[in-house]
Amino acid sequence: MNGAAAILKALEMQGVDTIFGHPGGTIMPTYDALYDSPIRHILVRHEQAGVHAATAYARASGRVGVCMATSGPGALNLVTGLQDALMDSTPVVALTGNVPQHLIGTDAFQEADVVGITQPVTKHNFQVRNVNDIPRVIAEAFYIASTGRPGPVLIDFPKDVQQAEFTGSFDVEIDLPGYKPTYKGHPRQIERALEALQKAEKPVLMVGGGALNAAPEIVALAEKTGIPVIPTLMGLGVFPGTHPQCLGMPGMHGSVAANRAIHHADTILAIGLRFDDRVTGKVSRFAPHAHTIIHVDIDPAEIGKLVKTTIPVVGDAKWVAAELVKGAQKLNLSKWWAQLEDWKTKHPFAWKPKPHLQSQEVIQAFWEATQGKAVVTSGVGQHQMFAAQFYKFDAPRSWINSGGLGTMGVGLPFAIGAALARPGELVIDFDGDGSFQMTLQELATLKKHNLNVKIVILNNGFLGMVRQWQDLFHAKRYSEVYLADSNPDFAKLAEAYGIRGITLTDKAKLHETVKEVLAHPGPVLLEARVYHEEGVFPMIPSGGAAEDMIIENPRETVAGD
Amino acid sequence: MRHLVSVLVQDNPGVLQRIAGLIARRGFNIESLAVGRTHQPGLSRISLVVSGDDAVLEQVEKQLNRLIEVIKVTDHSEPHVERELALVKVSIAGMEERLEVKDIAEAFRARIVDVAKKSIIFELTGDSTKVNNFVEAMRPYGLLEVMRTGAVGMSRGEQVLKVREKKAV
Ligand SMILES: Cc1ncc(C[n+]2csc(CCOP(=O)(O)OP(=O)(O)O)c2C)c(N)n1
Repeated sequence: MNGAAAILKALEMQGVDTIFGHPGGTIMPTYDALYDSPIRHILVRHEQAGVHAATAYARASGRVGVCMATSGPGALNLVTGLQDALMDSTPVVALTGNVPQHLIGTDAFQEADVVGITQPVTKHNFQVRNVNDIPRVIAEAFYIASTGRPGPVLIDFPKDVQQAEFTGSFDVEIDLPGYKPTYKGHPRQIERALEALQKAEKPVLMVGGGALNAAPEIVALAEKTGIPVIPTLMGLGVFPGTHPQCLGMPGMHGSVAANRAIHHADTILAIGLRFDDRVTGKVSRFAPHAHTIIHVDIDPAEIGKLVKTTIPVVGDAKWVAAELVKGAQKLNLSKWWAQLEDWKTKHPFAWKPKPHLQSQEVIQAFWEATQGKAVVTSGVGQHQMFAAQFYKFDAPRSWINSGGLGTMGVGLPFAIGAALARPGELVIDFDGDGSFQMTLQELATLKKHNLNVKIVILNNGFLGMVRQWQDLFHAKRYSEVYLADSNPDFAKLAEAYGIRGITLTDKAKLHETVKEVLAHPGPVLLEARVYHEEGVFPMIPSGGAAEDMIIENPRETVAGD
Repeated sequence: MRHLVSVLVQDNPGVLQRIAGLIARRGFNIESLAVGRTHQPGLSRISLVVSGDDAVLEQVEKQLNRLIEVIKVTDHSEPHVERELALVKVSIAGMEERLEVKDIAEAFRARIVDVAKKSIIFELTGDSTKVNNFVEAMRPYGLLEVMRTGAVGMSRGEQVLKVREKKAV
């Protein structure tokens, strides 16, 4: 057996069944071995899509996603996707080929310092220099990627290592003396957290993507105590969006109820979130009345990084939440809830009726037609925020988007990865005309595997989110955001790939078109031509605080309450 | 505030790049960085001097701890020994200066390791303040070259940086 075959065998032993990748010279031995392997390989048309698909595969399934690329240009195309996975704490293992060891450092054909370049965008990376290290390094990579705070790990295999004769053992032990994640939160800190909750008059429970595995415990904790819950953009679905205790997401485009609740809260229990600036706004003005902030995170470096924490709990969200459930008691929050209900009912996410079709109503129509039973992905921009606002996510792992890095172009590869991870389930990609065009070549991958992905392009003819900022902060100087004069006919584009394409312009046909899209077996691309100048509201201008929230589009009504 | 931090690491290829890269990327202000092997095969020890308030120090430690190859990080706030080695080349105009310079060196217990017609090289060990003071004392005579290793440090007494015994999983 050569190194390449050992790589695949070691991957199999890790339970890998799918690899997203693109071949090339230095990874060819492994592609050759793949020919005889039971592992399924999904050929993407660009490596960036491969790492994004692996990311979505991981997020949709809860397992490790795997992608593969050749050296130099192939490996470098992974960089954006690795950082995306890093920011959103997703377990991904990326395998790259490299030039043979005697050529490393000589500017050889298709050589790049991939280990150096990917250091800042991975949780850890390896270069295997001895063929017999393959099983141990792969075991360590999967262990690092999937434990503690999950993240991407890259393993670089020089070509000669793939070709060398393997004489080692697959019975390996992980040897990482410097890596020991803490799973069990400190009992005294948990006790203190429970005491603080007991005394709280205006508590909120914030949950992020780090709590994905803790959904049942979070629901139990919320229901036992009666605390209102605020899932972040990455935490949507960790707590059911339709649950009466759900206030919606916080932050720049969060709900009025969520942002005001945080602003007035005396106690914040934050589980598995990192207080991103899109959530906090100006940190010095974040949660000014909260005398107690309890922060639960498996990564000690997140605690106290941005927001001053009163009670830090380092540990696994699921484990800590379960402990909290055990000790929690019903709180008397009737006064607090009266206030919260008032904000909720007065300021739900809403839009004003217009003669044109609007993104929000398209998303709402899909939510109603699917009853929320779909895995939803999105690109980055207004459509992403609208999807987060108007599709109610009731289950964890049903919303896959790029929260931390905000990577345009993830929508379609995410949908492909999710569809392969969850066979038989419906996947909807709400995409923007701009975002979609960053990775549209993956229509080919979609076609090849005939996945049940419904792409819904909310075509506003603009790089809408940028246009919104230009509208509000740059005196409507729409510099380089106009797309409509050169956008393709998206439905025809889909048809060119052999995928069903539909165009929707007439508002009256919305519901019937949604039905048609959902009824069609296999992939469909729906281009919905939506109102041009829509803005996402509410909005907290960047660097602002909850009090600066603009609730409705100031171009259409007067701002304020 | 100035802090001396010791880091025990696995000395895999590239580990220094990882540490230096992390520090640069996170914008921490590093005054010095010194690395060397330990008595245990496979383990190196890094001393770094950072300046910043407690919050900065806490983040430096936490971020370093996130690196897989970092085994242990300690801030030497407790009594510790701290040393730096410096080589200082001073220009000498004449006999009178030569004697003055030698007197100063004696006071600092600096050793002469090279003498030439118009220059002398001194070797000095001590904490960073001592080295600073020596360099300042020599400045009026004309500093030709100063080479410092950066501070290394160790806790006094039995306290040691070591690999934790058992997996805490
Ligand atoms: C790769 C990348 N480049 C640039 C940006 C900056 N950016 C954020 S939103 C946006 C516009 C997105 O336009 P579109 O996909 O059409 O969505 P819309 O906002 O119109 O819904 C841009 C350019 C980004 N997030 N990602």
